[in-house]
Amino acid sequence: MRFSDMFASPLLMQIVLRAMVVGVLVSLCCALLGVNLVLRRFSMIGDGLSHVGFGAIALAAVCGLSQWELEFTLPVVIVAAVLILRMSERSHTQGDAAIALLATGAVAVGSLLYNYSPQRNADICNSLFGSASVLTLTDKDLILSLVLSAVVLALFVLCYHKLFAITFDEVFARATGVHTQAYKTLLAILTAVTIVLGMKLMGAIMISGLVVFPAMSAMRLCKSFRGVVLCSGGLAVVCFVAGFFTACRLSWQTGPTVIAVHTLVFVLVSAGSALAASRLLRRKKV
Amino acid sequence: MALIQCRDLSLAYDGRVVESGVSFSVPQGDYLCIVGENGSGKSTLMKALLGLIRPAGGSITFGEGLHQTEIGYLPQQTQIQRDFPASCFEVVLSGRLNRRKGRFFYHKADRDAARRTMDTLGIGDLARRCYHDLSGGQQQRVLLARALCATQKLLLLDEPVAGLDPVVTQELYALIRRLNDEGLTVIMVSHDMTAVAEDAKHVLHLAHKPLFYGNTFDYLHSGVGRRFTGRDGNALF
Repeated sequence: MRFSDMFASPLLMQIVLRAMVVGVLVSLCCALLGVNLVLRRFSMIGDGLSHVGFGAIALAAVCGLSQWELEFTLPVVIVAAVLILRMSERSHTQGDAAIALLATGAVAVGSLLYNYSPQRNADICNSLFGSASVLTLTDKDLILSLVLSAVVLALFVLCYHKLFAITFDEVFARATGVHTQAYKTLLAILTAVTIVLGMKLMGAIMISGLVVFPAMSAMRLCKSFRGVVLCSGGLAVVCFVAGFFTACRLSWQTGPTVIAVHTLVFVLVSAGSALAASRLLRRKKV
Repeated sequence: MALIQCRDLSLAYDGRVVESGVSFSVPQGDYLCIVGENGSGKSTLMKALLGLIRPAGGSITFGEGLHQTEIGYLPQQTQIQRDFPASCFEVVLSGRLNRRKGRFFYHKADRDAARRTMDTLGIGDLARRCYHDLSGGQQQRVLLARALCATQKLLLLDEPVAGLDPVVTQELYALIRRLNDEGLTVIMVSHDMTAVAEDAKHVLHLAHKPLFYGNTFDYLHSGVGRRFTGRDGNALF
């Protein structure tokens, strides 16, 4: 598809715009939550949850519930998120291993289930890397995605100060009367919702990149928590739009293209900050 | 009525009783040092005072209008992860969290109070700096400012000078002494016996049960105090 073709037909443009709106919102949710998840060393939770989501989508497909994919996947992944949180709290090493167990178990069962689906390979490829499904976004999915990502963003903004406090120093937050357990559960649920929304667009393997990359790039650019959060959100939106149009133009898959743009930004930012640091060091020596 | 009154407190950690028979009271304006060897249950007692763990027996009563969530707590440095991107102002402001019940955001009064506290401690110019770029002594002052934002009555310090050089250590002690002189009650867990001898008004010596509780002069002349401070011929160290 040529770039100008996208805007040639109103129908095509509508489809492209829809996918982009959902993508931008999901990227924003992922990036904001990602700062807290990365700093709490929960990066793997996003990855684990998307694998559980893959299993759930396979189950939905085999049961003939493809239409209700989102509604079916959402509760499954939320339960998995709360479980993972509990397990990782009980013991550090066990929790880490538990995520790996849950993730590979779900992928194994999911890919076996696809044996009972008529177009096995295409389905697996779609749910792992996201793809043509961008164009099959129904009205129902669109509205559900818009409402849920608005809820995630609103809750994040309202709980921003408490989330900062429990991420920076959980014991102090608890001592001053913050219900840390409740907020951690909230964080896990918001992450689960975001992952499920983004999976269709980005694919199960790619979605955790949206969580980790913007936060990591932002942490190299900014020195305050608010700066990192804002920068992470901004980078996520810019990278998604750039990746999305590149993917449309070159007929690439959306998920991998967006993550490739994020990777490029991360490499550039890391190189830049390393250069700046060495220059600062040299100036201090002189 | 004392700020804190502990009666026959026993505390358990992982289902194992680590301390029993602890009784003491902290009147307003007191400077209490809690000493003892590693693993003697000092941190467990701290956690109980902060309400992070429930006592296995006995009671902790708060008086003089002090609420358990209004204790200014200065944790050990190790509790905070390195390389966390946060400006000092954000860290200090988070101490005001316990005053905004039912509100989502800070008021101007919260920001002003945080700024004032930083100025009082001589770190006003660090507000925009990143917390993890600071020296150990500066970081400790930022955390002290956060603790002061969280309280008007009681400071709880957990080995505040661990890892600091001697000069900075003396400065921090002087600061704490000044705050105590201004009327703030201080409870400090410490290994540093010289500070105990110079600043503390009362001492609680723990070894799974209280070995000594009383004023500092009596402690320094008691058997357990002489042994622990090394002023005895048969020093432990």
